Amino acid sequence: MTSSKHRRVGKRAPKIDAYEAVTGRTQYADDLTFPGMLHAKLVRSPHAHARLLNIDGRRALQLEGVHAIITGKDMPTPYGILPWTQDEYALCLERALFVGDAVACVAAVDETTAFRAAELVDVEYEVLPHVLDPGEALLEGAVKVNDFAKKGNVTKHVHLEFGSPDEELGRSDIVAGGDYFFEGNTHVPIEPHCAIGVMEPTGVLTVISSTQVPHYLHRELSRVLEIPYNRVRVIQPAVGGAFGGKSEPFDLEFCVGKLAMITGRPVKLLYTREELFYSHRGRHPMKMTYKLGAMRDGTLTACDARTLIDGGAYASFGLVTSYYSGQLVPGPLRLSAYRFDSTRVYTNKPACGPKRGHGSVQPRFAFEVTLDRLAEQMNLDPIEIRRRNAIEAGERTINELLIRSTGFVECLGRVEEASQWKEKYRKLPFGRGVGVAGSSYITGTNYPIYPNEMPQSAVQLKVDRSGRITIFSGVSEIGQGANSMLATVAAEELGVEDQAIRVVTGDTDLTPVDLGAYSSRITLMAGNACRIAAEAVATRIRRAAAGRWDCAPEDVELVGGNVLGSGEEVPFAEAVTWAESDEGTLSEVGHYNTPRDVHGSYRGGTIGASPAYSFTAHVAEVTVDDETGVVKVERIWVAHDAGKALNRTIVEGQMEGSAYMGFAEAILEAQVFHPTGLHQGPSLLDYRIPTTLDTPDLVSIIVESDDPEGPYGAKEAGEGPLHPSIPAIANAIYDAVGIRVDTLPFSPSQVLSLLSAKRAEVEKPRV
Amino acid sequence: MIPKPLELRINGDLMRTSASPVRTLLEFLRYDVGLTGSKQGCDKGDCGACTVLVDGKPILSCITLAHEVSGCSVETVESLAQGAALHPLQQAFVTRGAAQCGFCTPGMLMSAKALFDSSEPVTRDGIRRALAGNLCRCTGYTKIIDAVEDASDGQADSPGDAK
Repeated sequence: MTSSKHRRVGKRAPKIDAYEAVTGRTQYADDLTFPGMLHAKLVRSPHAHARLLNIDGRRALQLEGVHAIITGKDMPTPYGILPWTQDEYALCLERALFVGDAVACVAAVDETTAFRAAELVDVEYEVLPHVLDPGEALLEGAVKVNDFAKKGNVTKHVHLEFGSPDEELGRSDIVAGGDYFFEGNTHVPIEPHCAIGVMEPTGVLTVISSTQVPHYLHRELSRVLEIPYNRVRVIQPAVGGAFGGKSEPFDLEFCVGKLAMITGRPVKLLYTREELFYSHRGRHPMKMTYKLGAMRDGTLTACDARTLIDGGAYASFGLVTSYYSGQLVPGPLRLSAYRFDSTRVYTNKPACGPKRGHGSVQPRFAFEVTLDRLAEQMNLDPIEIRRRNAIEAGERTINELLIRSTGFVECLGRVEEASQWKEKYRKLPFGRGVGVAGSSYITGTNYPIYPNEMPQSAVQLKVDRSGRITIFSGVSEIGQGANSMLATVAAEELGVEDQAIRVVTGDTDLTPVDLGAYSSRITLMAGNACRIAAEAVATRIRRAAAGRWDCAPEDVELVGGNVLGSGEEVPFAEAVTWAESDEGTLSEVGHYNTPRDVHGSYRGGTIGASPAYSFTAHVAEVTVDDETGVVKVERIWVAHDAGKALNRTIVEGQMEGSAYMGFAEAILEAQVFHPTGLHQGPSLLDYRIPTTLDTPDLVSIIVESDDPEGPYGAKEAGEGPLHPSIPAIANAIYDAVGIRVDTLPFSPSQVLSLLSAKRAEVEKPRV
Repeated sequence: MIPKPLELRINGDLMRTSASPVRTLLEFLRYDVGLTGSKQGCDKGDCGACTVLVDGKPILSCITLAHEVSGCSVETVESLAQGAALHPLQQAFVTRGAAQCGFCTPGMLMSAKALFDSSEPVTRDGIRRALAGNLCRCTGYTKIIDAVEDASDGQADSPGDAK
């Protein structure tokens, strides 16, 4: 279908939930209260590693208004988001593994009393030696961090080799390389995590949570709290930002559930801002060594990557992180050989997990800067080297991932033109520079988190006699526009306005399963499911109208809130009554499952396999002050191949938000820990996220490659556009002042010391 | 602590009530009055999600005690729309896609309203300065600044493809 045929898809439109948002009516978890509701607080370990000798809650329970206290012994079943690495407890059982690991939870009549009670819980610790550095954690005799680790402190080691990388590097005319360090950072949604447990008299436990994965939470609550799966209900209200930081079960969700079961009263737990920095599950620190070869004509040969990943105390999604750190690197380009070796290590720090661009933002930085070095050594324009090696639609990457559509070359061309690259690159005065980088990212994963053959996403679509359409879906609206996307698809297929559509999501009792808001999967998967359901409804309406008008169903059109054909026209609602009269209640189901046969033919080849890959290119322009070392990012041009932008405003919003977040990681943010394991500054004053004054101008350019698998050709837009920000800024700094910033973030002190080292190099007398 | 009498105006309505001397204005609004539009993002005055107007000036309600604004007039996000009619700022936020998750939106709108109501000529730099105390993690601020600019130009009701 060509885009001109679309009535609704590809246009600009407000988010369907925007009206509630701007009037302050949107209800987030902490906006909800229940009669008799108690408030809970967690007791957290002050030690990076300690054995729990005794937890005495008597003093806390004596405080007026305290109702209950629970510890790890109340929930001794280990859990974890991946079934292969269930290595944590709702509350620590025997040992606390990082500063901030939760060991007990109290429930009291109000928040103030709960805070006081938490301070009165007497925990006797035996402090144990701890290890914070992943390199040290790998040494012989290092303290064992997590008992579930099969070998030493290794969560996962992946070694994959495609072709003959050593031979290919050996025959290359030029080989470039670098050692890189990507400091960890965290999500910082403006809404802190919040959960409420409500025990219904019928024996059903409802947990309302600011989660982005209600389905996985549903499963784990049932397992850990030992309640039948069909007696747990998870409700996900509006979520105030997530970015991957709410994509696995957390201590608070189990605790409010357990405390509601014990007390019989609703229980709410709201994290403090400080707690978010310790609950974390953000970007992994990675040490990376990269080598990349090319022939004199600019053809890339092999890439060789070694990566050490600092995982923190628990596995989280770490098994996948280890694979993604290598699997998603070749993406936009053609290589003749590739090897990666990635090791994720446990340390006594808050666990890392998935943050927007999971596992691939760090290696993308290393790869794109190495590529910039290579281009420079060859005296080739860095846009040109990417263009020459760009993979084409229908090809497989060196690690066998199938690329069905790519707009990468167009992305490069668009940022080249928009940024006036040719007039700027190597031509701006000292202190000012431009840099380019590219990337590719998954649009969902072909294989779900727990092995099963069921659909990854489903939609029920019901139409009542008024013409009102209700869409039931398990997707998680976290600000990215999932609900609006469903409405757009239904409006397109049924020819109605958004106002005729209601979207019900995020409630395991009311909606069919969707696996959640992670890996940029919803638009493609739920979009396809919704389209199938809406098409089925449209088919029934066409059939009913055609029967009355004596024409073929294909000649009946649904448009503008009406149904037309054969010179006749009736309001949509009237045609609905015909369809209901003919064949019964008008309700249809659509579901989507991924193409399972599409993956690499090797062990691990299913990880990184996606129905569709997005592509992005950025050009960043920076000013570097060589007196202060301050890097000012003036502007980032972002071109992103979203396949088809179902709503241009929302897609641009994702692109701008992604580029902003990448910029923030490049320049400002770092999750840094004191040698004791304490966070260096767990507040928004110390951990500085960009304000309106810091953020550069962001120019978004939508590219559409029309993917064969995506609904109307759509691919993801929420994560891919983050990746190139960081290497584009690093490459621009090189263009500006001739230094390679290989460590994140690009702080003034790093820039100054590199500048002075460079000056010393230049001034060194030649012998 | 024992509640003490408190009299103030909230969104135009005079309230004669009482509140604990240690109750913050944000807690008072959210939990005592039931106006949950103002948000708690940090409870330390760092994020701006709790911004409300007190006698027309933007303040951080999470680090202001309810009793500090005794006798004052407080405006929250709930006061912006007049019946079903959105304020031009609200309309511009809707049209421009300036609200993604929406959590910073109420505070952002109130800071923007202080600028909107002032006699200062509105520039993009001026908007950036006026909103510098309100953190947003979703948008990269571009569409928020666009929206405030639109509303100030009186373009809020123009269709979305203005760009």
